[in-house]
Parts: sequence; C-alpha cells; structure tokens
Amino acid sequence: MNLLEALRAAYASLMANKSRSLLTMLGVIIGVAAVLVVVAIGEGLKADTLDRIRSLGTNLIMVFPGAGRGFGPTTRPGRLTEEDVAALRSGARQISAIAPVVQTSVTAKYRNLTHSTQVVGTNTDWAHAMAFEIAEGRFLSDSEVRARSRVAVIGTEVMTELFYGRALLGEFIRLNGVPFEVIGILEEKGGGWGNPDNQIVIPMSTARQRLVGNANVSRIYISAASEGVVPDVIESVKQVLRRTHRVTEMTEDFRIRDQTEFLATISETTGQLTMFVGGIALVSLLVGGVGIMNIMLVSVAERTREIGIRKAVGARRRDILAQFLIESTLLSVIGGLIGIAIGFSVSRALGGTLGWQTVVPMWSVVAAFLFSGAVGVFFGWYPARTAAMLDPIECLRYE
Amino acid sequence: MALIEVRDIHKVYHMGEVEVRALQGVTLDIEGGDYVAIMGPSGSGKSTLMNLIGCLDTPTEGSYLLDGEDVSHLSPDRLAAVRNRQIGFVFQQFNLLPRASALQNVELPLVYGGAGNTREPAMRSLERVGLGDRAHHRPRELSGGEQQRVAIARALVNNPNIVLADEPTGNLDTRTGEEILVLFDELNADGITMVVVTHDARVAGGTRRIVRFVDGNIDTDQINHQGAPGGNHA
Ligand SMILES: Nc1ncnc2c1ncn2[C@@H]1O[C@H](COP(=O)(O)OP(=O)(O)OP(=O)(O)O)[C@@H](O)[C@H]1O
Ligand SMILES: [Mg+2]
Repeated sequence: MNLLEALRAAYASLMANKSRSLLTMLGVIIGVAAVLVVVAIGEGLKADTLDRIRSLGTNLIMVFPGAGRGFGPTTRPGRLTEEDVAALRSGARQISAIAPVVQTSVTAKYRNLTHSTQVVGTNTDWAHAMAFEIAEGRFLSDSEVRARSRVAVIGTEVMTELFYGRALLGEFIRLNGVPFEVIGILEEKGGGWGNPDNQIVIPMSTARQRLVGNANVSRIYISAASEGVVPDVIESVKQVLRRTHRVTEMTEDFRIRDQTEFLATISETTGQLTMFVGGIALVSLLVGGVGIMNIMLVSVAERTREIGIRKAVGARRRDILAQFLIESTLLSVIGGLIGIAIGFSVSRALGGTLGWQTVVPMWSVVAAFLFSGAVGVFFGWYPARTAAMLDPIECLRYE
Repeated sequence: MALIEVRDIHKVYHMGEVEVRALQGVTLDIEGGDYVAIMGPSGSGKSTLMNLIGCLDTPTEGSYLLDGEDVSHLSPDRLAAVRNRQIGFVFQQFNLLPRASALQNVELPLVYGGAGNTREPAMRSLERVGLGDRAHHRPRELSGGEQQRVAIARALVNNPNIVLADEPTGNLDTRTGEEILVLFDELNADGITMVVVTHDARVAGGTRRIVRFVDGNIDTDQINHQGAPGGNHA
C-alpha cells in the first residue's frame, strides 16, 4: 500500500471520530505548546540580557571591593580608594579609560516634581568605559571634576520624570537639596542592569563633598584598549592591586569581573533554567502519548472485525501494523502542529506583555515536531502490534 | 493432481479445559473448475474446513496441498499472500468495510497485493456483478443483495482460481439469493472453482457435487446429476 494512500486512509479514520481524535491530541497539543512557550520565554530573556550586557561594551572590566566567587556574596571584606585608582592609572597597561565610581541614592527635585534615583560620582572617563553616548549637551569635563562643579548629566528616565521629557539644559535640579546644573542627557539604553536610564552622573569630587560621606570608591570601571587584551589587562590590574593592598592571590580583598565571564554565566544559567522547565513541559507530552496509546487500544478493539476483513483479503501483519502506526503518528503529529501554532501565538502574545521579546528558536520547533512524531510511534507501537498479531478467524467471528 | 487436496485433516479447538474436535480426519479432493456444495448440521465443521481451505487457518494435524503446494504450515504472512492471490471469500454477513465505498472495498485486495493501478480493475469487477453505477455508495446505502455483490466483486478482483462462499444466501431473501446463485453459476462457467457451504437444498441442487458433513467428518460425497456443467440455478 503506498504511503499517500495510507495517510489518506488514516486521516479519514481520524476524521470519522473528530471529537475523540481532538481530545486525544489535546495532551500532545498542550505539551508541544508548553515546551515552545517555555523555550521562547527563556531564549527571549537570554537574548535580551545578552544584548543589554553587550550594550555596555565588551571591553569593560569592573573592579569591586571585597573578595568573592562568581557573582555570589563577598567572602572577604575589602575597600577600594582613590589611591588604588591612581596606582592603576600609572601601573596598569593597555587601558583606554578608568573611571572610579561612588554611588548613592538621592531624591532629585525640579520645581515641584521629585524623583528617586541613583547618583553616580565619577570622572570624565565614565562615558567611554560604560559605552554611553551623550544624546544632548555634553558630558563632564576635567576642569569641572577638578573644581567640584555642581553639574549633572542625567538619564532619559530622570528627564522624563522631572522635565516631562524635554531636555532642559541649563536648568537647575536639586539633589538632596543641593542645586546642580543640567549640562547633558545620556542616550537611552532601554533598561538593563540597575536601569542605566535612571541615573544622574556628577563629578566624583562634588559627590564626595556634597552627597557621599566616606572616602571609599564603590567600584572602578576600566576599559581595555581592545577586546583581545581584556585578559592581559585583568592580570595587570590584579598585580597592581595586590601590591597596593599588600595581599597575595590567596588573601585578595577585591574582585574583578569582565563581560565575557558575565555573558557566559548568564547564558549558562538561563539555558539551564530553560532546559529544566522545558523538560517538565516534555513530561506532559509523554502523558499525551499515554492518551494516544489508550485511544488506539480502544480503536483496535472496536475495529477487530475490520482487521479480520483486511486480513482475509490479504493484509499481512506489517500492513495492519503500518495502518495503526500511521494513525497514531498522524494523530500526534497533527497534535504537534496544532501545538506549534498555539505555542507560536502564545509566545508572540506574551512577548508584548513580558517586557522582553520572546524568541521561538527553530531548533525548538523542529525538536517539538520530531518529539511529537516519536511519541506517536512509541505509544502507537503496542496497540498496532496487538492489532497486527490478531488471528483473522477470531476477528471475523468477533461481534 | 487436484487443485485442492485435503489429507486426513484434524482441527482441535481448546476452550479452557474442554477440547472441541471440529474436524476429525477429513480427506477431500476438489478438482479445478468444480462446483461443490458442503452441507451438514450446525456445528459439524463446515466453516472450519472452509477456513482451512481458504488459508485463514492451519490444521492441527494433516496436510493441505493447494495447487500442489503444501500450505498447512506456512507463516501467517505467507498465508495472507496465498489468500490474496488465489482465493476469494464470500461471507454470510457480507463483511464489507462500513466506512469505505463499494469501489474502495473492491480495491482492498489489489491494495494489499501491491497492484499499481487499483481503480480500473476494481471498477471492472463491480461492473461484472452489475454494480458499476453503485461504485461510490457505502455499504449501508446498498441493499443486502447489492452488498453481497460488492463482496463477490471483491472476491473476484484478483482473478482467484477459487471462490469460497460460507452460506452466501443465508442473510438474503429467496429471490435475491437466487440472483447471487446465478452469478455463481456464471463464475463457475468461467472456470472458477466454487465451494459453497449451505443449509439450503436449492442452493446445493444447482452444484455438481454435494459433500455432507456430520460430527467433523464427511458423511456422504456424491455427484449431483441434476447439476449441469456450469450450474443450473437459473
Ligand atoms: N474458534 C473456535 N473456538 C472453539 N470452538 C470452535 C471455534 N470455531 C469453531 N468451533 C467449534 O467447532 C465446531 C465446528 O464449528 P463450525 O463453525 O465449523 O461449524 P459449522 O458446520 O460451520 O456450523 P454452522 O452450520 O452452525 O455454521 C463447533 O462445535 C464449534 O463450536
Ligand atoms: Mg458455519
């Protein structure tokens, strides 16, 4: 019997029992849709996160006070100071920018509008190190940093909240009551770690004098001359800091992170999470397979006489096997296709509401399709084999 | 050498503890082109023998040569191939697939025989039994007599040399039954070996040989002198 003919016959047989076929498919439909949606959310989140990290520039190296492994808690306390920055500036090689940062929360006020935000005290290298363009006006200048000028470059969210979105350069805003002149607007990053659009950048000297009490540096941003020299730069930063802190590799009291490490960790953890939740969704596909097996057994029993007739006119065991196997596989594959369609639309709908775009990767579609087909073959095998082994006379006597 | 050579065949069914000896040493030769009626009381083993001759079943003991080949111990799939090529069945309950059209039912043996073209031969077979205009009807849209004709068309479609009919008129009224028998006479006249199980003396009367069963064995086996060559059911 040729395959097209067999498919048509199997389709007709499924259509003869529409609602039953649909209910049987439901398990596979839900399973496939669930796998697709989970993977789409996970992959979307991953792509989104990686994008945001990349937007910071892959040359970026960050130095934090206190030792610690990965991105976990600090295992040994420590602090970074202006002396460290000076030592790095003179001692570390192949760096194109070095920007120490002090950071604190403030309330920004313009006329009667207030907004809570982060204030970042830093120097002129910061924009370069963080890969920030200036959308309007200009960034801090060296003389302003030296003179402890009360000038501020603000993120777009701050601009929206205080100025209703107009870039009012030259206006004064108050940070914890201290007036600052707005000299520039940062380009919009569209969200990210610690929301880069919601911050105000001022000279570090000013921040230290007016807003931050102590002499410590929250962290140091360093931009390597190129992506290729990042490991060398990290090594030389370590050498310098060990010397100034008088520590060894074992007793280090600072930690250094770079973007490649960050990227790898993020892809790995989101990937693992996606696999885990996707695996759970796969289980529902298996449950769908059990449903198919159940219905196929019922179908074999109902069609015992038909099996007898087919055998009487010359159907071999493999013909009957193929007939039922094609039916169960068609059932699960149609279910799979419906599941893929539903998974796609749900993913798309979620993409609008989640805050990040969902991504349905081709491999997940192919995998879901193949898996649903495999479920049909696997769970259809036993009923089909039962049918194939039936004795023709018993079948013809069956009422 | 006869077309059908049944040698000392036994068939025993086991129903739990109970043994049912359906056939007890039957020996029977049927020549190609013969027209045989098998009669006998209910439970005497007629259908059991037909199933064996038709290669639907294998004997517990004894041998069966079909056209010189011993088919008593073939595998189920080999038997299926023999049924497909050499034998046509006509049953009391018609045994058509209810969801398939008349044409599709007739195509079935061709499909399993691996024929490339199934439509035209099936159509010709339907026309031969006078149902060319009913090809796309489903069984339930046909009368009993028409359904039995479709079954006969299906039995004939692979040009078998043997047609086995187990009480083919049992579910039909007298008139319709007679039409079926006329068709059988024609098939026999065309050279097909006909074996018909029946309780009906009129059915048997038109054949050339009448074999009577009692208790799983042949009781009498006589030439029917009224049965002219080619049958006389008309
Ligand atoms: N599959 C089976 N299992 C058990 N016993 C069976 C089976 N098939 C037939 N028999 C028994 O074998 C005996 C012969 O049955 P068979 O069907 O050949 O009779 P028959 O002559 O065709 O009768 P009828 O005229 O009623 O059709 C009966 O006693 C029957 O009960
Ligand atoms: Mg019988």
